[in-house]
Amino acid sequence: MAARGCGGVWRRARQRSAGGPGPGPAPSPRGQRAVACNSRGGAVPAGKSGLAPWIPVVGLEIHAQISSNSKLFSGSQVQFAAPPNSLVSFFDASLPGTLPVLNRRCVEAAVMTGLALNCSINKKSLFDRKHYFYADLPAGYQITQQRVPIAVNGSLSYSLCTDNKMSQMVTKTVRIKQIQLEQDSGKSLHDDTRSQTLVDLNRAGVGLMEVVMEPDMCCGEEAAAAVRELQLILQTLGSSQAVMAEGQLRVDANVSVHHPGEPYGVRTEVKNINSIRFLAKAVDYEIQRQIEELENGGKILNETRAFDSKLGCTVPMRDKEAKQDYRFMPEPNLPPLILYDAKSLPANMNHQQVINIDWIHKRLPDLPSVKREKLVEQYGILPEHSFTLLNEDGLAEFFESVVKQTQMKPKKVIGWILNDLLSYLKQHSLTVEESPVSSFLLADLLNLLERNKISSTAAKLVLAELWKGEGKTPLEIVKEQKLELLQDQKELEQICQAVIDGQENEVIMMVPG
Amino acid sequence: QKVSVEVLDHLEHLALVDFRNSEGVERLQKAIQFADQLHEINTDGVEPMDSVLEDRWCLYLREDDVTEGNCTKELLENAREKVEEYFVAPPGNIPLPKLEERETFLQGS
Repeated sequence: MAARGCGGVWRRARQRSAGGPGPGPAPSPRGQRAVACNSRGGAVPAGKSGLAPWIPVVGLEIHAQISSNSKLFSGSQVQFAAPPNSLVSFFDASLPGTLPVLNRRCVEAAVMTGLALNCSINKKSLFDRKHYFYADLPAGYQITQQRVPIAVNGSLSYSLCTDNKMSQMVTKTVRIKQIQLEQDSGKSLHDDTRSQTLVDLNRAGVGLMEVVMEPDMCCGEEAAAAVRELQLILQTLGSSQAVMAEGQLRVDANVSVHHPGEPYGVRTEVKNINSIRFLAKAVDYEIQRQIEELENGGKILNETRAFDSKLGCTVPMRDKEAKQDYRFMPEPNLPPLILYDAKSLPANMNHQQVINIDWIHKRLPDLPSVKREKLVEQYGILPEHSFTLLNEDGLAEFFESVVKQTQMKPKKVIGWILNDLLSYLKQHSLTVEESPVSSFLLADLLNLLERNKISSTAAKLVLAELWKGEGKTPLEIVKEQKLELLQDQKELEQICQAVIDGQENEVIMMVPG
Repeated sequence: QKVSVEVLDHLEHLALVDFRNSEGVERLQKAIQFADQLHEINTDGVEPMDSVLEDRWCLYLREDDVTEGNCTKELLENAREKVEEYFVAPPGNIPLPKLEERETFLQGS
């Protein structure tokens, strides 16, 4: 059972015992891990009788792989699937004598993202080394931006539906603490049978933007909605393709719980979350686990846990020592990164060496929130509709294409897109791109309906036929299945009379076409 | 001011160095003493220096072109063990055993 909106306060349901605060909804069955907070701060799944309510606190650390041809500090290629260790330069392999050289495109991607998230862009940012030993980190340190990152103090607005019908949307905001540029590590493949790890450095050195979100969220659904919106923004900007399945977007959640008025509780870090859906599950499970642990008199350890998607729970991670000391130090091979704006543009510098924040700002595309508003304004559809249109890859374009090709009003077209087209695609796990019904065919069908050539019931039948993708046009199907609405009054009367004559004892209702 | 055994043990874990004997520890303490001289200078309100070149040390920005890579064979020549073009490493980090469990002169201190 998914939450719809978060009041931020979880309260244990009271069992029948003396005293205690007011009633809440009935306790949910034991063992249920889903969040059950609602916008009025209702009850949480039952356990032992609890007293004070719990406030869950969720912060996110998101790593987005930068969409670029080459890596952050070297000229080797960035590509998802390639023969092992074929996209690795001497620098990526940390061979002695190699030095980092910063990729301009990666800086631009980070600036774009910072601007889109309302951040202040630091005109001077610094690079540091973060030290730890692991087989997929050949240098023994990662180059990152710990002291002064490229962007700070931004915000991200996202929407949540407050009920299951998507009729009430509420807007929430999460603060962005910072965005920093850093290197990705290589990939480790664990071979437990032979007790060894195989290392592929193709990913080592790929540029990442780490987006740090303040702990302003309170449940799995908020975290999922925020990440989804960030994903859409990154994809719109083109700074990252942000496909979680390909590791281009990785999310770690920091979760803690505390009583109102008390200081924040000990937090745990949850890793190994591979989809937005699992993010919501992992966060909710961890909140629930911490509440139960504390209510049973236990303590929360400041540890790193992994989400097990098969079991739907978090488990302590092996190989993670209790307290890591990264011994940050300035990266001695890189001077500060200086960015300019229209005012501070240097006169005599090579253009290729100058990054102008204002120039980038001017060229930012419409962000999803702006696109949604424009759809609502232009077509008179509801905000919830435009939310769904943008949430599905290619759906907004499909909708606009149909509207262009039909006389039917957009407000009516949207119903066919969201109810009929989208549900069919979902049922068959197809993307909009894979739809057997093109925008042209759908527009053609809607035109027949709009011109009263067929009824809407008939239109649904035609659509069902069109899904088969047999190449027939709507008109052909209508003729084949004799679905035309009869316009001739005399013909209608004859048919009615014949039916009535044949069924004298029955009452038949005929709706004229 | 002596560096405690806990700190020395912590350093050995973090950096995988081996102080080996009292001479090694003495060298470390002298190095710290030497660096501590920096505290004698009042640096209030002074920005840390990145380089003596100051703002003449410009960060060079490279164009986003693919110019390297494709040298799997050469890279793997350095590998002690390899499996089908993968480097082979132990199954995970092998942490240094705890102070009580390893043979180090630090135990005696």
